[in-house]
Amino acid sequence: MKALGRHLKDINRNKAMLLMVLPASLWFICFSYLPMLGTIISFKEYRFSGSFLSSIINSKWVGFDNFKFLFRTDDAYIITRNTILYNAVFIFIGLVLAVAMAIVLSEIANKRLAKWYQTGMFMPYFLSWVIVGYFVYSFLSYDRGMINKIAIALGADPTQWYSEPKYWPLIIVLVFLWKSLGYNSVIYLAAIMGIDKSLYEAAMIDGANKWQQIRNITLPMLTPLMTILTLLAIGRIFYADFGLFYQVTRDSGTLYSVTNVIDTYVYRGLKTTGEIGMSTAAGLYQSFVGFVLVITSNYIVRRFNKDNALF
Amino acid sequence: MASLAKSRDFHRLSPVWNVTFNLIAGLFSLACVFPFLFVMILSFTDEKTLARNGYSLFPEKWSLAAYEYIFKAGDQLLRSYGVTIFVTVVGTVLSLIFISLFAYAISRKSFKYRTYFAFFAFFTMLFNGGLVPTYIVTTKLLGLQNSIWALILPLTVNAFYIMIMRTFFSTMIPDAIIESGKIDGAGEFGIFFRLVIPLALPGLATIALFSTLGYWNDWFNALLYIEDPSIVPLQSMLMRIENSMQFILQNTNNPSLGMGVLQSMPQDTSRMAMVVLATGPIVLAYPFFQRYFIQGLTVGAVKE
Repeated sequence: MKALGRHLKDINRNKAMLLMVLPASLWFICFSYLPMLGTIISFKEYRFSGSFLSSIINSKWVGFDNFKFLFRTDDAYIITRNTILYNAVFIFIGLVLAVAMAIVLSEIANKRLAKWYQTGMFMPYFLSWVIVGYFVYSFLSYDRGMINKIAIALGADPTQWYSEPKYWPLIIVLVFLWKSLGYNSVIYLAAIMGIDKSLYEAAMIDGANKWQQIRNITLPMLTPLMTILTLLAIGRIFYADFGLFYQVTRDSGTLYSVTNVIDTYVYRGLKTTGEIGMSTAAGLYQSFVGFVLVITSNYIVRRFNKDNALF
Repeated sequence: MASLAKSRDFHRLSPVWNVTFNLIAGLFSLACVFPFLFVMILSFTDEKTLARNGYSLFPEKWSLAAYEYIFKAGDQLLRSYGVTIFVTVVGTVLSLIFISLFAYAISRKSFKYRTYFAFFAFFTMLFNGGLVPTYIVTTKLLGLQNSIWALILPLTVNAFYIMIMRTFFSTMIPDAIIESGKIDGAGEFGIFFRLVIPLALPGLATIALFSTLGYWNDWFNALLYIEDPSIVPLQSMLMRIENSMQFILQNTNNPSLGMGVLQSMPQDTSRMAMVVLATGPIVLAYPFFQRYFIQGLTVGAVKE
């Protein structure tokens, strides 16, 4: 009884703060924690009947059947492969180019010009994938697109871009870099600007040239940020950017072998093919592996350098 | 190696490298802006020229027909603009309230349960239920199918923004201010709204801009939850006219406009004109706000 009394007193003392966290907490319950509980339907044969709760309770248990079906198809392999390979390429090339571009921007003598370049390359970050899809289409459209027009002018045959899988890995990587490189390099540029200028002055006095300064001052000073951002990205390697793979490809069925990722697979299972059970199973597989990856990569970084870890 | 005399400013490259760096950054920057300019040119192209010559940077014949048609027949465009503006404004205000209240509370050392609630938010960054359960909760339990709230609520709170704001509160708001408010007899909410919020405006501006951008550019929630053409936002409308312009006539109030208009409508150029009209506000505004985004991106990359 005494313990309960103390509890109530604590709650009373903190009631203003508890009121403050209430709205967002309700949001987290509705949009994060209830869906987590809802993953239970990946172990059921989901049938909608009556209310939300009753349809979950009344659906038949099927154990791991949904997962078995999922992994028996080629789909599981293809979507996992596509998701991981694309993200791995994005992380690696993205990191190298973003750091390089940040260094390029920071070394340009005319600061006003550098600011203009930065503003220009930041623009794609502000556009939705729908808009990017239109942009890409204006280049790749079979009968009107710019690329085919150039090809014809040069005497080559036009290509049906939206039904030729072999070109898409390259197109997707290019579009991704086009959209993200600007803002990634802006993050690194901000970090470069924060480096103590006296380090460079000291290096100059010691006779270090520009390249030596970049290698021995700029890059080491950026390493913690590179580690954190790469770690964050590796933790999300199981999550693909739905818009990139859905809008930019115009959801073209002939391209699925190289453009189907976990996120598009789950979406189609829900909205197009109606395979709710398998689709939920794929989603849970994604969340679960994603969770393990964040925890592991964080643990590894923690062992090397505690300050660079996320938690 | 550059001699010391030549590079009095230690932060200077040799001229050759400076030109190379300018070329690299300049060309990439141009490549980033180019597609928008290209689409803009297409929207001002004469439809027949476009049909004959394809998408071209230097059209034989310019025309304003696309914009004329949109403003004549495009009630749907205005409607969708209205939906997007409503969703963006209401959503951003709600986001700011929910996020700043939560973040402030877990930034206060006097709040006994701060670690529980911080973890409650943080855990959602590590694990989630996935699309299907979220969809089922949103439509079957919350009943948001075909409701404008389905465009607003799913994007309202975000653990990442809460972490940014918590960092902001705990580093930028001195305890002394809060203590002085207590001595003056203000309650927790009084302190928050009268003392803390005015000091936190730069942080709030960053969150508000991220949130505004998120709402303006959202099409995914409309793809999942919205069928009713009267609440289709801009980005989603652009998706729906990708293959057929039919959609923009669904909401027309003018009965004399029917299939006839659709047939005479310059379809390709109108589509491009709509892309320009939907993107225009952002392209015009972002250069003035970019420093807030940079601030947010850099704060977000640093923990606690």
